[in-house]
Amino acid sequence: MTDGAKSWLLHGGVIIVLFALQSVLPAYHHGNLARIMVLASYAIGYNILFGYTGLLSLGHALFFASGMYGMGLSIQFLGLSPGPALLAGLLAALVVTSVVGFLALRTTGVAFMIVTLMFAQAGYLTVLLFGQYTRGDEGFVIQQSQRVFAGIDLSDPVSRYYAALVLFGTCLIISLVLVRSNLGRVLVAIRENEDRVRMLGFNVFRHKLIAVILSGVISGAAGATYGLLFGYAGATFATVEYSIFPLLWVLLGGAGTTLGPFMGVLFMFYLIDLSSAVTSAYMLIAGVALVLLTLFARQGLVGEVRKRLAPWLP
Amino acid sequence: MAAMNLISTTGLGRNFGGLKAVHDVDFDLPEGQIRALIGPNGAGKTTFVNLLCGRIAASEGRVTFLGEDVTALAAHDRIAMGMAYTFQITSIFARLSCHENVALAVQRRLGNDRAAIDAQVIAALDAVGMADRVSQIAGDLSYGHQRLLEIAMGLGQKPRLLILDEPTQGLADSEIEDFVTLVRSIAHETTILLIEHNMNVVMQTADYISVLNFGEILAEGKPDEIHANGDVQAAYLGTR
Repeated sequence: MTDGAKSWLLHGGVIIVLFALQSVLPAYHHGNLARIMVLASYAIGYNILFGYTGLLSLGHALFFASGMYGMGLSIQFLGLSPGPALLAGLLAALVVTSVVGFLALRTTGVAFMIVTLMFAQAGYLTVLLFGQYTRGDEGFVIQQSQRVFAGIDLSDPVSRYYAALVLFGTCLIISLVLVRSNLGRVLVAIRENEDRVRMLGFNVFRHKLIAVILSGVISGAAGATYGLLFGYAGATFATVEYSIFPLLWVLLGGAGTTLGPFMGVLFMFYLIDLSSAVTSAYMLIAGVALVLLTLFARQGLVGEVRKRLAPWLP
Repeated sequence: MAAMNLISTTGLGRNFGGLKAVHDVDFDLPEGQIRALIGPNGAGKTTFVNLLCGRIAASEGRVTFLGEDVTALAAHDRIAMGMAYTFQITSIFARLSCHENVALAVQRRLGNDRAAIDAQVIAALDAVGMADRVSQIAGDLSYGHQRLLEIAMGLGQKPRLLILDEPTQGLADSEIEDFVTLVRSIAHETTILLIEHNMNVVMQTADYISVLNFGEILAEGKPDEIHANGDVQAAYLGTR
């Protein structure tokens, strides 16, 4: 079997297992997994830029929040139904990522991290500044009646789970197709040796910009879906924590692996969930686990599997 | 009709602070030639070819490639027009396989035709005698093989002009022999500009030689003329 066939089988298998789990899982984990799949989509977006292209952004919360507010505000103030509102969220993310990417990519390395961080901070403050509409930190609720998509009530756990799965499956397949494409090969090459890519005749800036936009729009799609499925948009999602989370998830799961983002979110979600059942110092347990993993599994969970067992993993 | 010049420069120069690394170089390379560029260490050879392919911007003068003034073009645009540059200090994608390395060189011309890409990757690796190492990780190769991979990446671009920056540096004698054969065999497909210290390689391959010294063209001529040139000997060996 070729590596390509193996990858397709594996990724298809993951989606099918997640599909089957819907009818088996107890309500608590059922709800968790829906949330994990949406956050994993966010991490997949982050991974395209960080894991594959080698650009470390500290401002992805801005892209996540652009999608969320693009969707939420257009429902709240324009009275859009969920379908067009999702598109509005994607459009908002597209505009924001294009502008931020175009400007931030004039820098490299640490400067790129700082510039993206500053843009995100400016975005967060903008949300607060327009508190009259966004209701700032408090946020606003998207009513159940506003979350009926083509006759499907997205506040219902079963349809919410499937909606999350559709988003996750789409993002996963996009990332797999990307990684196996010519474009993906150029992005990885930029991560490995930018100068050489330029001297093979590729416009490095343009390719990086494409990566920022792809990454940011997927993050925005996750943000918009998150707001729609869980009925809430608030400034918390624009804070710096939400820029750090995808970095942690991707590092834990395996940067530059298609399944790493999902594994990272799953691992961290349940690590915090289980340890908080044991002690109130649950962040200490989470912190120690993170330190141990970064010391002894530097490639992340899926990255270590690829290194030791299955070098064909994309 | 005289052969068309594939690439030429007029008054080309580059200063680094007060240092004139390359100064007022008029250079013409006709299509189909194997040209060697020689000169003592620090003569400005690498700076000169970097000016040709755009890795370094010129301080003065012009570069014309395929009849177009490319002085203002970025490096990647010049490469896309049909130049290929192999690095003096091996610059490969160490964590990727040989196939991926060469595929990157090949795919810009072929788009998404995966079968064609694979075929040309194999052909380019085969040309340097590495067809059996397709799936090996580039960073695990011996130094000599990394040099050859670098050349395969140059060939994979099917360039009009192939610039080889000290390709035999660090190669074993047997590998150098193979390299000479390789250069002769690809000469009918592309014009070659070869920076080379090994005079045996230069004498065996070059149709014509340009000598650079202190950033300026010291002499140009056929190999036997250069061989007999007193100025060149002085530059290489010190004053007689």
